[in-house]
Amino acid sequence: MTTSAAASGRWRLRQPSVIPGFGLTLGFSLAYLTLIILIPLAGLVWRSAGLSGAEFLAILSDQRTLNALKVSFGTAFIAALVNVVFGVIVAWVIVRYEFPGRRIVDAIVDLPFALPTAVAGISLAALYAPNGWIGQILNLFGIKAAFNPTGIVIALVFIGLPFVVRTVQPIMEEIDREVEEAAATLGAGRFQTISRILLPGLSPAILTGFALAFARGVGEYGSVIFIAGNIPYVSEIAPLLIVIRLEEFNYGAAAAIATIMLGLSFAMLLFINLVQAWNRRRYGHGA
Amino acid sequence: MAHKSFRLRSPTTEAPLARYTLMAVAFLFLALFLILPLVAVFIEAFRRGAGEFFASLDDPDTLAAIRLTLTVAGIAVPLNLVFGVAAAWAIAKFEFKGKAFLTTLIDLPFSVSPVISGLVYVLLFGAGSALGPWLKSHGIEILFAVPGIVLATVFVTFPFVARELIPLMQEQGTGDEEAALSLGASGWQTFWYVTLPNIKWGLLYGVLLCNARAMGEFGAVSVVSGHIRGLTNTMPLHVEILYNEYNFVAAFAVASLLAALALVTLVVKTVLELHYGAEIAAGRKH
Amino acid sequence: MDVSVKNIRKEFDRYPALNDVSLDIRSGELIALLGPSGSGKTTLLRLIAGLEQPTLGKIYFGAEDASHRTVQERHVGFVFQHYALFRHMTVADNIAFGLTVRPRGERPDKAEIRRRVGELLEMVQLSGLEKRYPNQLSGGQRQRVALARAMAIEPKVLLLDEPFGALDAKVRKELRRWLREFHDRTGHTTVFVTHDQEEALELADRVVVMSQGAIEQVGSSDDVYDRPNSPFVFSFIGDSASLPIRVADGAVHFQDTPLGITPRASDIASGAGTLFFRPQDVVLIEDPAAPALEGRVATSRRLAGTRIADLDIGKPGAPHHVEIEVPLEATAATGTAIRFRPTRWKTFAE
Repeated sequence: MTTSAAASGRWRLRQPSVIPGFGLTLGFSLAYLTLIILIPLAGLVWRSAGLSGAEFLAILSDQRTLNALKVSFGTAFIAALVNVVFGVIVAWVIVRYEFPGRRIVDAIVDLPFALPTAVAGISLAALYAPNGWIGQILNLFGIKAAFNPTGIVIALVFIGLPFVVRTVQPIMEEIDREVEEAAATLGAGRFQTISRILLPGLSPAILTGFALAFARGVGEYGSVIFIAGNIPYVSEIAPLLIVIRLEEFNYGAAAAIATIMLGLSFAMLLFINLVQAWNRRRYGHGA
Repeated sequence: MAHKSFRLRSPTTEAPLARYTLMAVAFLFLALFLILPLVAVFIEAFRRGAGEFFASLDDPDTLAAIRLTLTVAGIAVPLNLVFGVAAAWAIAKFEFKGKAFLTTLIDLPFSVSPVISGLVYVLLFGAGSALGPWLKSHGIEILFAVPGIVLATVFVTFPFVARELIPLMQEQGTGDEEAALSLGASGWQTFWYVTLPNIKWGLLYGVLLCNARAMGEFGAVSVVSGHIRGLTNTMPLHVEILYNEYNFVAAFAVASLLAALALVTLVVKTVLELHYGAEIAAGRKH
Repeated sequence: MDVSVKNIRKEFDRYPALNDVSLDIRSGELIALLGPSGSGKTTLLRLIAGLEQPTLGKIYFGAEDASHRTVQERHVGFVFQHYALFRHMTVADNIAFGLTVRPRGERPDKAEIRRRVGELLEMVQLSGLEKRYPNQLSGGQRQRVALARAMAIEPKVLLLDEPFGALDAKVRKELRRWLREFHDRTGHTTVFVTHDQEEALELADRVVVMSQGAIEQVGSSDDVYDRPNSPFVFSFIGDSASLPIRVADGAVHFQDTPLGITPRASDIASGAGTLFFRPQDVVLIEDPAAPALEGRVATSRRLAGTRIADLDIGKPGAPHHVEIEVPLEATAATGTAIRFRPTRWKTFAE
């Protein structure tokens, strides 16, 4: 056994295998990844690191930047909450109920993944504008649903829905009916079973879906700018401010806002991942 | 009959009233947020009749935009296809250090705002960068030209094929390949005759989603394109320009082409899931 | 509490899973529903619990018709095969669940619930584990948490679905004994489902043998083992051998040879039938003139303290296979002829 002892003693990049092509495929993948993703992203970080602390702080503390970040994160948060409520209901209806056209409804949920954001944007704007089909009705109740932050939320609800449904749905399909029956034999009514057994069991998946919808909403651009009205300080989203700064050739400011957005998004995803890891350790499951 | 007159509902379902309420809420929500916007695209496009619809499409700038979108997708999708297969081969067929990290990096573009995806190339190749002036002096145009649009599109569609194939190929293991190799097949033969047939539906699925995003990408492309009519305008960008010019019928006409593409994508996707669910397998979560 | 099942029929998609089943369960009894898979035993258990509704028939709890009671109103303690513990709740919260979902007026206060949980944990010998989550417990511990959770609502009857099915052999034996003691201590009417006859015979006061949606026999372990009332019960419980026979002129014949046994009142009086006996209930006949069954040893094997001979009986072309126990010292080499006669047997009409 001297050979294996020698082999295990030495550091190896990979475990031995008879399958060819490791060097070629990994080499190509790494080169491509580096060229397309890593170098450009590093360039962004490099550019914003090139700013002095004072410059960075000035960009950050600019009221317009702050408001744009607030609008982006705030509307994305609200939209993700809306999607959690309705996404869970939609997933439940698809998983649990039999009705004609169930498959079509299931397929339609993916529409926001497939429909280009600009198309969604102009269509939502046309619908929810004060003279649009839905906008007219909302107007009767004094609700203005376009060209203000509400419009942004509407666009982000559209964009984020499939993230929640597609994360929650597979976990819902795996719910053990015995657990529901156990709750019933112990005297729990249907509402108690749902609120105390099913929803807590789904909460890791719901949290993941929320995080995905939120992250996507924070960065969303195409579907939002048509319905947002883009009023500085009020309904101007951070990605749009990046574009505006670029058009002013203020590359430093664009890079700084982008870096802050990335930083906040990653911090949030990290937080969610930590919560999930903690969940898994405790309950032996997560999503 | 007496025994039929009283029926208790199963303990694992809701009362009919709750059930119908939930269904009504779900359908209303989907109708309001998904179906109406889709339908509205086509209605707005045909608002002034089919003649106007076709007339607005038969415009040199529109045709140029369609051509450019097809060109960009025609370059970006094959590039990411090759990458996806290579990355999935390395990750699924071998055990090596840093594999989990590499898998995470591949998903990175999904968590980056499209605008930032475009911005990174502007910073890399733009006037203020080290590379920009050098490229300019050598007559190479990347930004505000087709190469920049392709790069930005490649960035945002980067993970699609890989993340579809990695779980699928991991599930399939290495047994088939080892058997082929032991029977004397070369590496390429093994890939062509053994691996590829096993992953073809998953591959098609990934390519389908990749293509849909490539043709529809707006934010990233918008940042690098420069919006030069007839030259660097893709279809989604052209939709924006027409819309901002209050040329709504034309804007929705072009949008309806993209919406039709989305519908075709959804139909093919559903058919693939229905018939080849097992062969698309684990990667179906987005 | 007595539980009566009266003429129950249960159809799933028009296919009858249970057909005209009636059963009286006495208060305080430990009863086993035993049968192969698909015999309807779990369906019967779920019907008693109210998890399923009968297509026809009624279920009584004591004198009360419980057929129209929902599962929540029936107050049964149900232990599921895979325990169905709530995995996001601690052991203590799992056990307390049935108390905390009671309407406000009937709900014990927090201190009372904690005291009850403590008692139940002690009863199932899991004190000290209240803060654990289900995935931090062994299979046997989960089983006992599930039992404590079911007991917390002070159920009228305790229903267990394959309670030991998911455990390994050693834990299963321990828990079996423990459940018997637990039952004797608490005195609850208890019904459990099993496909393991050893489990049913060892544990239950009475065994209900089921097959194809019907009850074949209800009786004590001795009843169903020693006095099986149908060919199914005879062949399902314990080892058995069977032969086609014919009763004529007050004697049992196999292929026209008398066996030297005479039918009793419980046997068929005449005509074709099947003879059942157990491998150990035979006597070897040395006298070649005495009537007996004759077979040729096909194979034989040593099994602990005995030897089992696999005999070919009857016409050489299409022999019947019968396994009997032979004394260790008997010659049982392949090809040896052995003559024997059953000492305990039963015949059933065709």
